[in-house]
Amino acid sequence: MTTDPNLDSPRTAVSNPPVQPMPANLGAGDVVRASAMPDLPAPERQLTKVAKLIDVSKCIGCKACQSACAEWNDTTPPIEHNVGVYENPSDLGPEMFTLMRFAEYENPETGNFEWLIRKDGCMHCEDPGCLKACPAPGAIVQYSNGIVDFIHENCIGCGYCISGCPFDIPRVSKVDHKSYKCTLCSDRVAVGQGPACAKACPTQAIVFGTKEDMITHANARVEDLKSRGYENAGIYDPAGVGGTHVFYVLQHADQPNLYSNLPEDPKISGVVQGWKGPTKTVGLAAIGLAAVGTLLHGLLGRANRVSAEDEVLAEELVETEQAQPQPREDV
Amino acid sequence: MTNSWTDIKNTDLVIVMGGNAAEAHPCGFKWVTEAKAHRGAKLIVVDPRFTRTAAVSDYYAPIRPGSDIVFLMAMIRWMIENDKVQWDYVKNYTNAAYIVKDEFGWSDGLFTGYDEEKRDYDKSSWDYVIGPDGFAEVDMTLQHPRCVWNLLKEHVSRYTPELVEQVCGTPRDRFLHIAEMIGECSSPTKTMTSMYALGWTQHSKGSQNIRGMAMLQLILGNIGVRGGGMNALRGHSNIQGLTDIGLMSNLIPGYLAIPSEKEVDFTTYMSSRGNKPLRPGQTSYWQNYPKFMVSFMKAMWGDSATADNDWAYDYLPKLDVANYDILRMFEMMNNGQVNLYFCQGFNPLLSFPNRAKVTAALSKLKMLVVMDPLETETAHFWQNHGIHNPVDSAAIQTEVLELPSSCFAEDEGALVNSGRWLQWHWAAGAPPGEAMHDTWIMAQIFLKVRELYRTEGGAYADPILNLSWDYADENEPTPAELAMELNGRALEDVYDPKDPTKLIVAKGKQLLNFSQVQGDGSTMSACWIYGGCWNEDGNNMARRDNNDPDETGAFSNWAFSWPLNRRILYNRASADLHGKPWDPSRKLLEWNGEKWTGYDVPDISPTAKPEEVMPFIMNGEGVSRLFSRGLMRDGPFPTHMEPFESPIANVFNAELRGNPVARVFKDDFEQFGTSEEFPIVATSYRLTEHFHFWTKHNKINASLQPEFFVEISEQLAAERGIKKGGWVRVWSKRGAVYAKALVTKRLKPMQCGDQLVHVIGVPLHWGFMGAARKGWGPNSMTPFVGDANVETPEFKAFLVNIEPSTGEAVS
Amino acid sequence: MNIDLSRRGFLRLAGAGVAATSLGAMGFGDAQAAEEAHVRPFKLATTTETRNTCPYCSVACGVIMYSRGDAKAGDKAQILHIEGDADHPTNRGTLCPKGAALKDFVNAETRLTRPRYRAAGGTEWQDISWDDALTKIARALKDDRDANFVAQNEAGTTVNRWLTTGFLAASATTNETAWLTYKVVRSMGILGFDNQARV
Repeated sequence: MTTDPNLDSPRTAVSNPPVQPMPANLGAGDVVRASAMPDLPAPERQLTKVAKLIDVSKCIGCKACQSACAEWNDTTPPIEHNVGVYENPSDLGPEMFTLMRFAEYENPETGNFEWLIRKDGCMHCEDPGCLKACPAPGAIVQYSNGIVDFIHENCIGCGYCISGCPFDIPRVSKVDHKSYKCTLCSDRVAVGQGPACAKACPTQAIVFGTKEDMITHANARVEDLKSRGYENAGIYDPAGVGGTHVFYVLQHADQPNLYSNLPEDPKISGVVQGWKGPTKTVGLAAIGLAAVGTLLHGLLGRANRVSAEDEVLAEELVETEQAQPQPREDV
Repeated sequence: MTNSWTDIKNTDLVIVMGGNAAEAHPCGFKWVTEAKAHRGAKLIVVDPRFTRTAAVSDYYAPIRPGSDIVFLMAMIRWMIENDKVQWDYVKNYTNAAYIVKDEFGWSDGLFTGYDEEKRDYDKSSWDYVIGPDGFAEVDMTLQHPRCVWNLLKEHVSRYTPELVEQVCGTPRDRFLHIAEMIGECSSPTKTMTSMYALGWTQHSKGSQNIRGMAMLQLILGNIGVRGGGMNALRGHSNIQGLTDIGLMSNLIPGYLAIPSEKEVDFTTYMSSRGNKPLRPGQTSYWQNYPKFMVSFMKAMWGDSATADNDWAYDYLPKLDVANYDILRMFEMMNNGQVNLYFCQGFNPLLSFPNRAKVTAALSKLKMLVVMDPLETETAHFWQNHGIHNPVDSAAIQTEVLELPSSCFAEDEGALVNSGRWLQWHWAAGAPPGEAMHDTWIMAQIFLKVRELYRTEGGAYADPILNLSWDYADENEPTPAELAMELNGRALEDVYDPKDPTKLIVAKGKQLLNFSQVQGDGSTMSACWIYGGCWNEDGNNMARRDNNDPDETGAFSNWAFSWPLNRRILYNRASADLHGKPWDPSRKLLEWNGEKWTGYDVPDISPTAKPEEVMPFIMNGEGVSRLFSRGLMRDGPFPTHMEPFESPIANVFNAELRGNPVARVFKDDFEQFGTSEEFPIVATSYRLTEHFHFWTKHNKINASLQPEFFVEISEQLAAERGIKKGGWVRVWSKRGAVYAKALVTKRLKPMQCGDQLVHVIGVPLHWGFMGAARKGWGPNSMTPFVGDANVETPEFKAFLVNIEPSTGEAVS
Repeated sequence: MNIDLSRRGFLRLAGAGVAATSLGAMGFGDAQAAEEAHVRPFKLATTTETRNTCPYCSVACGVIMYSRGDAKAGDKAQILHIEGDADHPTNRGTLCPKGAALKDFVNAETRLTRPRYRAAGGTEWQDISWDDALTKIARALKDDRDANFVAQNEAGTTVNRWLTTGFLAASATTNETAWLTYKVVRSMGILGFDNQARV
């Protein structure tokens, strides 16, 4: 996971994965934040911050990242239809944690056509909106190396993480009603391996290493792009979410929206951001209730669906809860 | 490939034309990325579509399918006009100086000697003037009006940038920009590499497309050097190996030839293969042909091949035509002239042109035997799959046997990659269920047939009864046993002909390499070019030392590269006439006064003096050929030919259709469409998510690209009322398909003169078996005609029509 | 409300449900009871590695197959995962979307597992034993060869060719399989012999 001195570009895979049993180097003691657990003890140590850099200018859109992701994570992405585009599956899903998005762009300045292909997936925000929004204790954790991971045993499938995410990434499974997204291959990182997507990436448009190394590499890539006529090449590591542990090199960093609507200035929604103290508990209560509803109804696969009736009911509940003493201050 | 994948990092300029490397060979394309990072290399893509390779290119230009020769000849013209020629290379290492017969000429799109009736050339005028000394005449000043250089200049003079715009639809400014970029590589210290694939081969003049670029590369001095070369990106994991081992109608392993029936005996056969040097002192390595041939015959028939019986020459079948290629075999099958057919890991129902004809042909067989790890469409050609395979099973009288075989993960052996590396692999598991290795299946078939001949007698049984079968377990020869046969061993003690007391190799020992192969029957070697792959040092194909001294990209101790572990072919040409590297920073070989030294195994005798022995040792000339004499059926220079189905008449001769010497069967000629009825050009290709018809059996790949589609421009969609994601029907004179419409800006209509040409793209991967959605492919529509030299079908340029559709009726 | 959030927004966020009970019923009573943060166990631990090359295109990327059980030791091994070989000079561990899903090819539902036979005019496959299948093939070969072998052409030249049977070989088989195939096909005098190199 270091920069190979012999190469201009860093390599994710400097050695093959271990097959001898070894302890994970990423555990509960490395958690710096956990959803709905404000009093988490301080971590025992500080891991080096890691990052996955996605250099869009080197990406050939081959979907090796998607393939390697599904294979490593043992997911089965759906076999859908062609709807006139290259994106398949058609969206991120509980069985597809990453997705190549293809944008066709006629550059008015150069007269050249450009095919801008961006690997979409969890950005592993330093300030993760999903974690902040999540009401289920310990369902979303952030490790001190920057990885934001979902602990599915604790997930209640409410879908709050989706709304909390400024990039619209997590997806709730209709099968087990748990929310899924890229783990940054925490299981691989824990044994010193890079994520499956980064290892597979044929052109090493995806590279993984320390955030510091990745920034250095990204800067060199930006210089190269500028020398090739992309004056506005730059890094996308948005400050609005505290920077991210998955970040991009873009040919047109001044127009991130060209890349299948990459948000210009992503921020955690005011709803979640402002959700502190009593309001958090209120929200938690409402969601808890929602989740219980789901459970009681025998996992009907409707955790994300809201009927008009539900909405009215819930609205009443929220109003009522707010007026009453908070039942669980410690949550 | 003349070079290797890892060598591409040494280049300054990559041109991807006639291929789509990023999409079809992503991990090899990595080395383009490395060249960009290491050397600031640039990438040019010339393609009818803006491909995924184009997505990461520095410069892109569109081209109309089937017009590449115009582009390439115009490029050569531009280099000559603008003095972008590596003169020392051209003068010394090509046949530019050779004098050509006065009779040779070109007019109206045809070379001298054309016989319309025979659809063939009399090639006798396409040759050098041979002097009284028996050698070709040359004029090293290049002043002689009949020297190759001046003939080439004249030949390409017709190919102007304006003609490019008119015929190729490539905007003139785009062409000129690319010319400027390429022109820089005529410097001895700048190199371009050509990466091409089926985008060039799958035309009725595919071989000439490739020659066009090879000539350009020679003019720039880019052959034999690091970061240069002609790099054919082969499509399958061992297509190189199967070609090397000669699994083709007309080949014997190591690029020897199956005899023609005109070669009535071994002496006659050898008489045209003397390969006498055409210039004094040249190597002309094919002079060793008899050694390779005899050692092959000994590998086949052992003690039954003797000097007395012409090394069992009669055991070899003799050809009455150039070859029984797949097009000819399916034509014969369709005429009821073939009874049994075997498909070993091959799916011709989807792979061959004109699926309707292929279905009809297979239906006329008595028996079809399919050996495959997967359920193929071919094995199920008789099964009704509704609209996707609408056959009447009861009417098909073909017996079919489907035999389960192993896949890569379950067998051991070597595959040869595009860069000629023989890499050994090992099995991790056993084949599923009752599936068996192909070696076991082939052995069983052979042993049972041999037994029948032993007990019953029958037609000319000798070659079967006497086939060498010396394996520990005759039922399943091991990969090691077979690999050792490919390398070859001494059958007798072999002594040095110059010193009869000196033992070179003892009886029973593996040959060191092909320098030990003998023509007197004392050695056997199944495939001489593999000599050294498994010698007394052991299995060199299994070597795994990935050190690369000075990071040249050679990786000489990784696996084994034929010939002689050489990594870059023609590498002697990386140094100037005196043996100094053209580019010291990219040294490959250097003459140290006594011998050749450097990073690679010299592609020349290690002590061959630089000014005397020229680098292209396989050629009688010792140099490379800008003018190919009579070696190609359709001309010594590439001349523009339209596809057989084209919206545009040949600009040199409107009467010519396609390649005038390509073989066309009568029925197929009648099934060519015209642009009145079929105004749209279609081209076929692979997508990166799939490998042929295999990965549609894989759930992950099926999810990444689930359903058949065609790519069309926004303009054509608007013209025809086609909606993005909607259904379309596409049809040619030979068949129709239903597909989803992928409407894109990546395809644009091309302005060719006063004609606007629409091009649509038809990817290859769908059928009616496997995990992906049922669909079709281009070959329901493609024409049944091949390249004039090698019969590769014209899959890349044909005519269709298109309309919106309500769907495939069933979905 | 004391913070700046619209009720509708909040509700959308909540994905509200219907039941009314306390959070305790959700098992949230004690936050510490939440499952401890953990990463998935590393699935390659204690697997056997076998080196191979990708069977698809001609780049021939190095791959490592990870299996439970060691085929070399005679175990019935099951391949769990296939990943690029970081030591391989060409691919350095990378793989394309096909190569990265190789395990799916090995374990595809449409892998053939037993010989099958389709009779003339039949609409279904029938099972057939290996021995019966091979015997049928050998008989057909012998009969066709004996009936149609051309020993001499019209000019009386020995040509020893057999044109009524053809063979397409597989360009994903090994050199060793290819050589054995070559021997068998050529020794019979077959000229209708080809492989994917042509197409």
